[in-house]
Amino acid sequence: MVIAIAWRNIWRNKLRSLVVIIAITLGIFAGVFSTAFMKGMVDQRIESAIENEVSHIQLHHPDFRQEDKLKQFIPEAGQKTDSLYEIEGIEAASNRLSSNCMITAAGTGSGVLLNGIHPEDESRVTNIHTKIVEGSYFEDIPKRIKPLVIGNDLADKLNVKIKSRIVVQFADVHGNPVSLGFRVTGIYNTDNSVFDKMHVFTRYQDLQSAMGVPEGAGHEIAVLLKDNELLEEVKTQTASLFKQQEVSSWKDISPELSYLNDVMGQYMYVIIVIILLALLFGIINTMLMAVLERVKELGMLMAIGMNRKRVFFMIMMESVFLAVTGGITGILAGYGITEIFGSTGIDLSIYAEGMAAMGWEPVVYPAVELETLAGVTGLVILTGIISAIYPALKALKLNPAESIRTE
Amino acid sequence: MSIIEINSLTKVYNSLAVPVHALNGIDLSFEKGEFAAVVGPSGSGKTTLLNIVGGLDNSSSGKVTVDGINLENLSSSQLIDFRLRNIGFVFQAYNLIPVMTAMENVEFILQLQGKPKNERKERAEQLLTAVGLEERMHARPSKLSGGQQQRVAVARALASKPKFVLADEPTANLDSKSSENLLDIMEQLNKEENITFVFSTHDQRVVNKARRVVTIEDGKVKSDENKS
Ligand SMILES: Nc1ncnc2c1ncn2[C@@H]1O[C@H](COP(=O)(O)OP(=O)(O)OP(=O)(O)O)[C@@H](O)[C@H]1O
Ligand SMILES: [Mg+2]
Repeated sequence: MVIAIAWRNIWRNKLRSLVVIIAITLGIFAGVFSTAFMKGMVDQRIESAIENEVSHIQLHHPDFRQEDKLKQFIPEAGQKTDSLYEIEGIEAASNRLSSNCMITAAGTGSGVLLNGIHPEDESRVTNIHTKIVEGSYFEDIPKRIKPLVIGNDLADKLNVKIKSRIVVQFADVHGNPVSLGFRVTGIYNTDNSVFDKMHVFTRYQDLQSAMGVPEGAGHEIAVLLKDNELLEEVKTQTASLFKQQEVSSWKDISPELSYLNDVMGQYMYVIIVIILLALLFGIINTMLMAVLERVKELGMLMAIGMNRKRVFFMIMMESVFLAVTGGITGILAGYGITEIFGSTGIDLSIYAEGMAAMGWEPVVYPAVELETLAGVTGLVILTGIISAIYPALKALKLNPAESIRTE
Repeated sequence: MSIIEINSLTKVYNSLAVPVHALNGIDLSFEKGEFAAVVGPSGSGKTTLLNIVGGLDNSSSGKVTVDGINLENLSSSQLIDFRLRNIGFVFQAYNLIPVMTAMENVEFILQLQGKPKNERKERAEQLLTAVGLEERMHARPSKLSGGQQQRVAVARALASKPKFVLADEPTANLDSKSSENLLDIMEQLNKEENITFVFSTHDQRVVNKARRVVTIEDGKVKSDENKS
């Protein structure tokens, strides 16, 4: 009954309550939607990094990261790649050769990361084959040609086109300089121009003997999972099966992305807490007015035997109702709008150039987790409770005899 | 034993620069089943007296016992509970919760007492019928006349089965017809159910209905007439 009284009490001054409720609605909506927008961007960035660049899990020689990488290969990587498919949760795996090298075309040079891949395996693990803008992804390659697939930004930089000749220089496993001639057969374009400038691809067989690594060896086995949720589980399982290899997840390889991911979760709460803090004062003010204009009624209630706990509870419930009514509407609006834009996307192509340079996609699909919304609801309730404290204490200080005394 | 015992009660208000001696040694007692009016000029101390007897305010000195319990010995939260279980209140105004219907207002005090839903409903209906409001049970106070509101307040005061009902100028805001009607209902409840009423008033017609009239002036009992 006290709850019913509290609920009806907030509608006694409809306009005043609506003003607070709308303020809370707008505040929570803005908080939810803006963080959903940010989260969408971050999720996509991570997803595209996983799909195009790092995959979920990578296997290396334990010293691969430290020393002269060419020598630090995984022996019989081809077989190991095949056996990886037996681990549950692994979607695909691809063995690569990899080396830093210098490439030159028509006098312009650039340092890049050269990858020797099995195109079929690779296209199951990464998305580069879907990002081809010119030429093809290792299709119909004439016999004597060593094909090279490069990013559009690198093509622009070197001023090369399809069929242009490119010379690649690196040191083989024995430290001897090697110089190989390639033809550009494909140009890809991901949303990350830094990646596009840095990564070039050729076939495994075109690189293996020139590098001087044994047949079947590889520098890197990239693994794609069925679901990112399985990351830690599969990582541990893989590590126990391949004790000789270093097994790293995308979080180990790109700590900055992992950090971004973690920070997003906290950022949401920081924004919401700031918004709620501002709203807190609005609710306190409204509740104070509500208490002060009801002094006589509160005095009467205490006189007839409503104890302090109940009076406090009633005022707290009024405040919670104000906060929750606004909060729920705001959350629903934020969730609804997020869902709508989550499927249509928000096109930021006008600003896309600057964003692509940092690896962000031009169309953002806002995303929010229900868990987060539950957390926000909790914070809203907490705000209601906190903002009730001062007005409720004011009410408890009332002396019933004084309050009721009619002038 | 009297239900209310007042011995050399004084009250001094210190809130102003000059202390106000509102009560200057009151000795009174009320018995079960009384229908008593407290009268006196404005400022004589009627409200102060009823507030102290009702446990709404502290005395400065003297002793008030209600049903054998010295009110001074109760903590402020015990006092709230004491009021809830022992005293019915009817005030001059602001008696009811505006967002609740007549029925809910009466039920509310029973809920505070922890009575179950069906008992609450039954008793509230019965009391509202007793004060002649069976037709208006589901109306909110703003839809009731002043007299009807005061009758709801009487029903609410009785709902908790108090030892006595204190009413401070219950008819002050009513026209003479409603005043008379309210007093008739109170008188009837007093006669039929042996409910003890102590009320203050300025209205001579209300005074005429009382069986006992206590007159106070300057915080002292000036006369105490028993008409029956
Ligand atoms: N809170 C207070 N602070 C100071 N003085 C007070 C206070 N309450 C009442 N008084 C004074 O105490 C005296 C008694 O007041 P009280 O209200 O009891 O009189 P009353 O008989 O009820 O008068 P009325 O018929 O006008 O209601 C008055 O002089 C009044 O001004
Ligand atoms: Mg008075």
